[in-house]
Amino acid sequence: MSTVLALVGNPNCGKTTMFNNLTGSDQYVGNWPGVTVAKKGGMLLNHPDCEVVDLPGIYSLSPYTLEEVVTRDFLVYEHPSVIINIVDASNLERNLYLTTQLLELEIPVVLALNMMDVVEANGDEIDIERLARELKCIVVPIAAINGYGLGELIKVALTAAKEKSTNQGLPIFNDTEEISVRGIERLLPDRESTQLKRWLAIKIFECDNKVFEQIKISKNLLERMNGLRRRCEVAEDDDAESIVINARYRYITNTLRSCIKKKLKKGELSASDKIDNVVTNRLLAFPIFFIIMWAVYYIAIQTLGNMSVAGMKEIFGAIGDYTTQLMVLGGVSITMQSLVVNGVIGGVGAVLGFVPQITILFIFLSFLEDCGYMSRAAFIMDRAFRQFGLSGKSFIPMLVGTGCSVPGIMATRTIENEKDRKLTIMLTPFIPCSAKMPVFVLFAASLFPDKSWVGPSMYFWGIIMVVFSGMLLKRTTPFAGEPAPFVMEMPAYHMPGIKTVLKHTWEQVKSFIFKAGTIVFAASVLVWFLQSFNTSLDLVSPTDSMLANIGRFLAPVFVPQGFGNWQAAFAALTGFLAKEAIVSTFAILAGSGGDAGSKADLVLKLQSMFTPASAYAFMIFTLLAAPCCAAVGAIRSEMGSWKWTFFAVGYQTGVAYILAAIIYRVGLIIQ
Amino acid sequence: MKNLREIAVGQTVTVVKIEVTGAMKRRIMDMGITKGTDIFVRKIAPLGDPIELKVRDYELFLRKEDAEKILVE
Repeated sequence: MSTVLALVGNPNCGKTTMFNNLTGSDQYVGNWPGVTVAKKGGMLLNHPDCEVVDLPGIYSLSPYTLEEVVTRDFLVYEHPSVIINIVDASNLERNLYLTTQLLELEIPVVLALNMMDVVEANGDEIDIERLARELKCIVVPIAAINGYGLGELIKVALTAAKEKSTNQGLPIFNDTEEISVRGIERLLPDRESTQLKRWLAIKIFECDNKVFEQIKISKNLLERMNGLRRRCEVAEDDDAESIVINARYRYITNTLRSCIKKKLKKGELSASDKIDNVVTNRLLAFPIFFIIMWAVYYIAIQTLGNMSVAGMKEIFGAIGDYTTQLMVLGGVSITMQSLVVNGVIGGVGAVLGFVPQITILFIFLSFLEDCGYMSRAAFIMDRAFRQFGLSGKSFIPMLVGTGCSVPGIMATRTIENEKDRKLTIMLTPFIPCSAKMPVFVLFAASLFPDKSWVGPSMYFWGIIMVVFSGMLLKRTTPFAGEPAPFVMEMPAYHMPGIKTVLKHTWEQVKSFIFKAGTIVFAASVLVWFLQSFNTSLDLVSPTDSMLANIGRFLAPVFVPQGFGNWQAAFAALTGFLAKEAIVSTFAILAGSGGDAGSKADLVLKLQSMFTPASAYAFMIFTLLAAPCCAAVGAIRSEMGSWKWTFFAVGYQTGVAYILAAIIYRVGLIIQ
Repeated sequence: MKNLREIAVGQTVTVVKIEVTGAMKRRIMDMGITKGTDIFVRKIAPLGDPIELKVRDYELFLRKEDAEKILVE
């Protein structure tokens, strides 16, 4: 019979670090069934029969959010052997609020008082024995960041699990409240155990709708319970839910008065406050923000990032060449060679080519998140983005998206609100990425040689469409939310442990490789296949391939945009593989094979295929339509469902189609 | 009776009533903003919104449209 240790605690309490300490590298990440809430678990180090489950960071066990319900259901129905409640000792009042709720369940609770190093640094004192007595549970001081107290915590937790010692509920209610709650408790059928009865009674008193869904009470009984509740509500002039919340905080405030001695007097500034005086300062906030973002962008996307992408291209190019040599020696058929080198190696290279860049980017983002800066960024940017339905944290994905949409889409991980996140994922590809730039540069040079505003105007359109789409989609049902109050904690700054940052980074990268990667690989192989063969499966030149024929088939579709010819359609299709492939496709079509000297041929060819109006329309279409397969893979990976992926890509292509048509019409009139 | 939105930076006020219901109210209260709690208005974001508050020993921020619904004195 395996032991299950459940880790429960507020966001930002150090739970993740603790989880990593407890489980080493043997971890799994999945989803709770049916929801996009991450489930993390692992084996307790040195204890092969003990599992540690990391539950989502929550402030309360209310029935309102997915994370809370998932945690609640797990605790009540899966009945883990012990709860390790991780509490931020430098922020006890709010953290203990959840604790009071946990102590009402039937499961042994061990309070891990984390961040004792911060408490010590602040000069505060906590009377741990007194706290344990008042809370009637075991309290273990720890500092997850350096492992202090870890051994003790494990020992205590396992003992509690074995002894199945349950906690006594805390006397949080005053007399009036207690009478009502106990009255409800007595009305509950005897089949529940006494402690669970108590928990149920409190939930019923609170009008917890989830509990009402889950247990059956006769109408008669329900009426009597409602009566008991109403009596209390009238006596205290408040609703029951608020009464219970107030009771909890009341108890905590009284308890802590005798257990903590804080060094800072009211009104004095903590170290974090002093830093924030600069970082969220009226005048300095934006400059600092832009400098930090620019630095992240410069290193992760431009310098190191680009170098790594180029480096990976070289590596895979070399692998491809070497493999070709081997196959030639082995007398392998041309078709097979093409499959292996262009299809498989090309496909794998397309995925792994991103990995170094994504890794660098996420090291930065994880560091910024873990040290606490990200919430400041959200604080600063919120107002700007809120106007068009996005979150303050949407800035980073968009910024990163100017380099490449793939890491941009993955950077939406930092957005907690699921609807904002989905919206950001959908709109990030509208921002011109570095792969689209060659297309714009080429078209601008060919058809607008003396108009320098044409290339940069794409950024303008990208931003306009993000703003417009945000405002539009926010009014539609999938995105219009029950307005959740935007209450965000601003955690104290702290230096994140390297291990935690690297672990976070690795989680993101791994997710990319497996979730997005499979799609990219499949798409690369598919496009390669369609581009290399005709329908009789002979190896042909691209202009005679299936993909080109599909282009011919689709050509009429683009008549409203002015580029209803098969070459443009064919080029657009190859853009699915990679946006810069559009340039090489036109080069192939111009018969120039893509080498530098024949640039003039390429320009001439484009001038023959497009007019200024249709060229600009084509640029708009390229900018906004479905992104490359890697980005689609990232979208699928982050959205978590094909339905949403198709919706996103469909919206993007639809917008592209319509706007390109409008632009063409307007272009015709202007000309 | 004033609401939290109207309070100037640097002032400390006490919560009197929370004029929202349901999930929104629950969230605000879960975070520690309850009747009788002291709130210190730390600062306003550079763009004018949201506002940063100190509640029960920690910092949080709230949009002005939500702060409007918290009555204080």
